[in-house]
Amino acid sequence: MTNTNLQEQKDLLVVRNLKKYFPVRSGLLQRTSAWVQAVDNVSFTVKRGETLGMVGESGCGKTTIGRTVLRLVEPTSGEVSFEGRDIIKMGQRDLKPLRRDMQIIFQDPYASLNPRMPIGESVMEGLHIHNIGQPKERWEVAIKMLKKVGLEEYHARRYPHEFSGGQRQRIGIARALALNPKFIVCDEPVSALDVSIQSQVLNILKDLQDEFGLTFLFIAHNLSVVEHISDRVAVMYLGKMVELADRDALYREPLHPYTQALLSAIPIPHPNIKRERTILKGDVPSPLNPPKGCRFHTRCPIAIDQCSQVEPEFREARPGHWVACWKVE
Amino acid sequence: MPTENLLSIKDLVLHFNTQKGPVQAVDGVFFDLGYKEAVVVLGESGCGKSSLAKALLRLLPRNVSKYGGQVYLEGNEIMGMDEEQFRQNIRWVRMSLVPQAAMNSLNPVLKVGDQVAEPMIVHHGVKKEEAYNQAAKMFQHVGVPVDFLDRYAFELSGGMRQRVAIAMALVTAPALVILDEPTSALDVLTQANIFNVLKRLKKELEVSFVLITHDIATSSELADRVAVMYAGQIVEVSDAHRFFSEPLHPYSRMLMASVPRLRANVEPEFITGQPPSLLNPPKGCRFASRCPKRFAKCTEEPPVANVDGIQVKCWLYTS
Ligand SMILES: Nc1ncnc2c1ncn2[C@@H]1O[C@H](COP(=O)(O)OP(=O)(O)O)[C@@H](O)[C@H]1O
Ligand code: SF4
Ligand SMILES: [Mg+2]
Repeated sequence: MTNTNLQEQKDLLVVRNLKKYFPVRSGLLQRTSAWVQAVDNVSFTVKRGETLGMVGESGCGKTTIGRTVLRLVEPTSGEVSFEGRDIIKMGQRDLKPLRRDMQIIFQDPYASLNPRMPIGESVMEGLHIHNIGQPKERWEVAIKMLKKVGLEEYHARRYPHEFSGGQRQRIGIARALALNPKFIVCDEPVSALDVSIQSQVLNILKDLQDEFGLTFLFIAHNLSVVEHISDRVAVMYLGKMVELADRDALYREPLHPYTQALLSAIPIPHPNIKRERTILKGDVPSPLNPPKGCRFHTRCPIAIDQCSQVEPEFREARPGHWVACWKVE
Repeated sequence: MPTENLLSIKDLVLHFNTQKGPVQAVDGVFFDLGYKEAVVVLGESGCGKSSLAKALLRLLPRNVSKYGGQVYLEGNEIMGMDEEQFRQNIRWVRMSLVPQAAMNSLNPVLKVGDQVAEPMIVHHGVKKEEAYNQAAKMFQHVGVPVDFLDRYAFELSGGMRQRVAIAMALVTAPALVILDEPTSALDVLTQANIFNVLKRLKKELEVSFVLITHDIATSSELADRVAVMYAGQIVEVSDAHRFFSEPLHPYSRMLMASVPRLRANVEPEFITGQPPSLLNPPKGCRFASRCPKRFAKCTEEPPVANVDGIQVKCWLYTS
């Protein structure tokens, strides 16, 4: 086997120089007056069987990345290859079988389930679209999947409004699983849930990953949520990836000042820790007009002159530990 | 009535009529709060937190089926007041509210400075210019640049809009401000900023807070006292230091254990099942169906036990 083949075995998803600019239209003629640089030159890989956590504040481009790698959104430029095949260049006909392999779980399970459909039918809908099996077999798959996420057979005939938020999220997971995918984008699947049930959903995801050998891109806005589920973690800021490392390296020795701020801002429920959490100056700048040089320099506590002039390269500063910052040796 | 407390709530009840029957959103809530203190009312979605805020400020929807109890504010019982008295002396005057999602309900066509000044004009009858000066002062307290007075809400970031909403609640110099989920829609860094503002305000303005939230971790930063709410009822009232070291009620304990902690070796836990419906809550302890400590007694309603000053509504603590 050649080297590239070996790498393809290990990397399920490879993203290179991904860009997504959304047009901003204004005026009577709705001319494009500006571009929102939602994702700007982002490269990363997701290894087979791993969970890559992706963290950043709202609007930093996480969801856009998640949707672009599934080609639910067309990128402005860049490459996305899944199992060695470039899915951006692919026509819809070639893409269709791949859609089975790549699924998504949304933040708001309620909005993503058809309120007029018994949930068993929602779960088997994908099988129907892809013409897999007979109706009876599809129903059996749906029930099997519902059981995998801790629901019962009788639940299949009930409607979404009869379930709690946590149960609906589990239904969303069952639906994503029904097509027996290889890769699932989990877009903030527990952010809308009460903390007391979040880890139940996370545990289910982990168990299913082991059982079916799934690969996850797990998006969250908070580093504390992804710590237990991720093998590696990427941090996004204003459309750029600023750090990517093995989980332990990122939490124990964060290199980028933005990652450091995010970690220090996580509150701890403790009587004696009434610390001032690190505050960054100001707010996230508009992605319409991102700062020159390093996009973080306007808020960075350790910025030097160079940072406002030249963009730092995203480079491997330690083995397997990538960062974009001039101050990192 | 003891006057060492700024606020004292006894057996507060607020039920709503629905097609399926009465919803017992607030059902016997009690707790006390001292001057210049913050109490955190902790509870998960749907447990009645926002309804509690509405009950305290008498901002009631039309379908109320039951509303009662006693609330003492600065020594005066306010539930018995007639609406005119309440409007003139209490609501927005001594007690104000930052409603849930306030930052998204600022008036889009009014400058934010005018919106912050308005309560002064309406409730204190002051002149426009004086109200504006007071608004400017509040902007400084909450950390919004004064030249933002002339801006519109859409020109401000989420964090700035939330500060404006807080300034609006503070401008009449009330003794008590109720904040309903003030940071839940915000990113961690912005949350941290708002909490630093609240901590500063508590010192600078000598105001007390009722902070309503589902976010245990964040709440520990501001809390002097903690009241835990479950299915419309208070199950534990404690001082913050003891609560965050070792909560007593089984629900409080499990809630605390479900918070993910950074770089911890233990994985967070979860509570199986879901809270009971408030339409027809179970007769005994409302947490019983999910409680790992449940025993025979728990089918009857537990009394509130006093454990060294901590109040716990659980049979485990009755001797
Ligand atoms: N105006 C109303 N009419 C009927 N039910 C209501 C009304 N307001 C709230 N509720 C119900 O009361 C319960 C408590 O709601 P709420 O006070 O909003 O809880 P929380 O703020 O803790 O999420 C919920 O079951 C909710 O659906
Ligand atoms: S009263 Fe019983 S069921 Fe309720 S919390 Fe205490 S032990 Fe658990
Ligand atoms: Mg609420």
